[in-house]
Amino acid sequence: MKMKAAFQEVYGGFMSLLTGMRITLGQAFKPVITVQYPRQTLKMPARFRGHIQLVLDPKTGKSRCTACKLCERACPSDCIAVDGAKLEGQKRKSVTDYQLDFTTCSLCGSCVEACPFDAIEFSKEYNVVAFSRDAFNHMDLVQRLAARREIWAQNQPPAPPPPEPPSPAPVAAPAPASQPQNPA
Amino acid sequence: MTFLSIEPVRILLYLVGICAFVGANAAYLVLAERKGAGRIQRRPGPNEAGYAGWLQPVADGIKLLSKQVMIPPGTDRLLFCLAPLMVMAPPLICLTVIPFGENLFARNINVGLLLVFSLGSINVMALMLGGWASRNKYAVISAARVVSQNVAYEIPMLLVVITLLMVTGTMNLNEIVQQQGGGFWHWNLFKVWVNPLMPVTFVIFFICMLAETNRAPFDMAEAESELLAGAFTEYGGMGFGVFFMAEYANIVVGCSMATVLFLGGWQSPFVILSGPVFGPLWFLAKMYALILTVIWVRWTFPRTQFYGLLNLSWKILIPISLFTLLLTGAVMKLPLALHHLF
Amino acid sequence: MIAQPEAFPTGESSRAPQETFVLNLGPQHPAAHGVLRVLMTMDGEWITRAEPVIGYIHRMHEKMGENRTWAQFLPNTSRIDYLSAMHYTHAFVGAVERAAKIEVPPRAEYARVITSELNRISSHLVWWGALLLDLGGFTPILYAFEDREKILDLLEGLCGARLTYCYYRFGGLCNDVDDDFLNGTRKFVQEMRPRLGMYRDLVTDNIILRKRLTGIGPISAEMCRKYGATGPVIRGAGVAYDVRTIEPYSVYPQFDFKIPVYPECDSMARYLVRMDEMEQSLRIIEQALDRLPAGAFMGKVPRVLKLPPGDYCYAVEAARGRFMVRIVSDGKDRPYRVKLRTPSFSNLSLYEEASRGMILPDALAMMGSLDLVIPDIDR
Repeated sequence: MKMKAAFQEVYGGFMSLLTGMRITLGQAFKPVITVQYPRQTLKMPARFRGHIQLVLDPKTGKSRCTACKLCERACPSDCIAVDGAKLEGQKRKSVTDYQLDFTTCSLCGSCVEACPFDAIEFSKEYNVVAFSRDAFNHMDLVQRLAARREIWAQNQPPAPPPPEPPSPAPVAAPAPASQPQNPA
Repeated sequence: MTFLSIEPVRILLYLVGICAFVGANAAYLVLAERKGAGRIQRRPGPNEAGYAGWLQPVADGIKLLSKQVMIPPGTDRLLFCLAPLMVMAPPLICLTVIPFGENLFARNINVGLLLVFSLGSINVMALMLGGWASRNKYAVISAARVVSQNVAYEIPMLLVVITLLMVTGTMNLNEIVQQQGGGFWHWNLFKVWVNPLMPVTFVIFFICMLAETNRAPFDMAEAESELLAGAFTEYGGMGFGVFFMAEYANIVVGCSMATVLFLGGWQSPFVILSGPVFGPLWFLAKMYALILTVIWVRWTFPRTQFYGLLNLSWKILIPISLFTLLLTGAVMKLPLALHHLF
Repeated sequence: MIAQPEAFPTGESSRAPQETFVLNLGPQHPAAHGVLRVLMTMDGEWITRAEPVIGYIHRMHEKMGENRTWAQFLPNTSRIDYLSAMHYTHAFVGAVERAAKIEVPPRAEYARVITSELNRISSHLVWWGALLLDLGGFTPILYAFEDREKILDLLEGLCGARLTYCYYRFGGLCNDVDDDFLNGTRKFVQEMRPRLGMYRDLVTDNIILRKRLTGIGPISAEMCRKYGATGPVIRGAGVAYDVRTIEPYSVYPQFDFKIPVYPECDSMARYLVRMDEMEQSLRIIEQALDRLPAGAFMGKVPRVLKLPPGDYCYAVEAARGRFMVRIVSDGKDRPYRVKLRTPSFSNLSLYEEASRGMILPDALAMMGSLDLVIPDIDR
């Protein structure tokens, strides 16, 4: 009966509208799912891909980078420029300049995987700001590492005092050298 | 008190009050809509301007006022400037006859109901004028659609109102409210011994009210602006603001009519808690409950298709309302007919 | 009594050409399609010709393929269609593995399946929300994004990125799946099933939506074959064509899942195909989680990858249809040619013929049901 089908369609349609309204009403009494940034912030997971940074070796406080340029070759977007120099008494080079062009970086991770010394890692910064484009075109990772070094050095336990010099000889004993701070 | 009972003073106070009421409602209903939408969508809604967003309408108002009001060249200047006025005036006039409380009304007209619905038709004309005067092909198309939608939905609305008139017997809005005294079972919504399909009548009235005010899911006029230009494209700044306010004023009028006609107006649902103070409070409570339902419906459903909209009116709502009209007539005359038969 | 308007004119308009006007649905839309321009020649309300103009987001991925080594091209694969990035990376990685005969350990294959299916669900959620946004329902997109947020958080905890994952490597994965991810995925699957029920009650059964989509935009199976449309478009036309069953790849043959097929050929059929696909993806994820083998996540890969010269293909069922990568190698460390056969390009090409004689809102609803992602078309 076409009439019956028509009536059922009208009634069924109206009921479906009421069901929909019931669902939205139920949702209206649930808590908010948005995060009110910047009053609330999110914690980034451990593997979050922020811009890359040089790893601060916790034992020496220096970078492990030897400027081998494997990361530079692995990058698909040519955003890395590394330079290094050999310091006195070291087998390998140390990095002196590490420029990252963050405006072209695609956060693919090829550089992190290519590095044989685990010298670079992803940072967890998601809200990097600056006043000029230069800060992103030429992100100086060595400078950023130095800033993090300061904090690392402050958190180091104070070095134990040097042992007492042996029984004083007529020659003036050398003053105990203060613990040298390793330059970056 | 004697000063206030001088007729011109009383009318002036009411006019100021009505304009203030409409203005405040238009402003803060926008905020209520946005916050309601936010709640349904599990987000806070505007909460930056002022504490919890309460200054948002002020910010919007300042923004609209500071925009340039341009009248495009080549348009009919008179009609272009007249359209927003014509859209804003009817709701203001309708509110003069709606009783907010037992003695809280501007004018007590014997044909109050007729006045309200005839002014509602001016709304249609104003939208057409606005679209036509914009001298924009798409505005005209959009305005023509709005006119056909509004005309189509006036018919079931008036049929429903006629049904109600048969029940109430009077067009005086005050008397209609006074007939519904005594408790919520006396409200017109529940008078099923006179019209067995009274709740259906109420639903039809509500749907027609949504369509007349161009609210979702019947908002072809405004939301069509995603695809074509809407009827209000050429209006900038406060011109658009007036159309916007008028839409919310129409919603206020529509919901207060629904309250007065079906839900008992300022009568309390229980016999207690009535009086000159509680009366308006009950009225406002019922009216705002209906407005919240209008907001709720808007954010739940997608838009109907244009022919679906017209199908709904001509093929579903009109037959049902004609049927309820006949049914009411039959049921009302049934005792008399039975008396004559036996 | 309540019938769809079947009397609309189709085919060529009887009016003279100067009575039609051109409406430019410009590259910038309020609707969420992307930078697609459609030149519509309209006769009043009806479309006589709708010509899509593409190329606004052509980024020359195929050319970049020729200038990068095999491993350097991996980030590009995620960006071709960013909504279902895992599938596209899978295709490229699979093609290279097929060419260089690299063995992928089973744990990596299962993890690939899990992440691909999660990506399919998140892509369909975006499609669903955007379609409803086109039709004027502003709420369901936010519910969809709530669920999608859970998926993105899972994948962010796994590989660090939320949209352009670059997670697969030649021979396996970039890092192993950890317990957090596995437990989180299990929890997500359990939470998602009732949500799909809610979507059905709120939207799919809604009379307004059914009126908007049923009978709108008929695309028959012959039209799909003519233009090479795949994915939910052809499955909504009654043809059970799914790359996972026709040309099985990875470990899909080991899973028990149905291919949803609806014969009605209209927008509602395509809609229902995608909603059912989400349900089936949940089934696949559950089975894969149960059977995930232990072991290595990376196979043996030479340090500098050089493929033997030749022509290699690999096809996957992406969220939008059949995505195929064809690589031509001449023995060097970079490709000679990378050809990307994208599904949205073929799906869009039938739009002109399918939209003749429709009214404008219906044509837009049909475009929404085709699920186009414009970067996929332009590459």
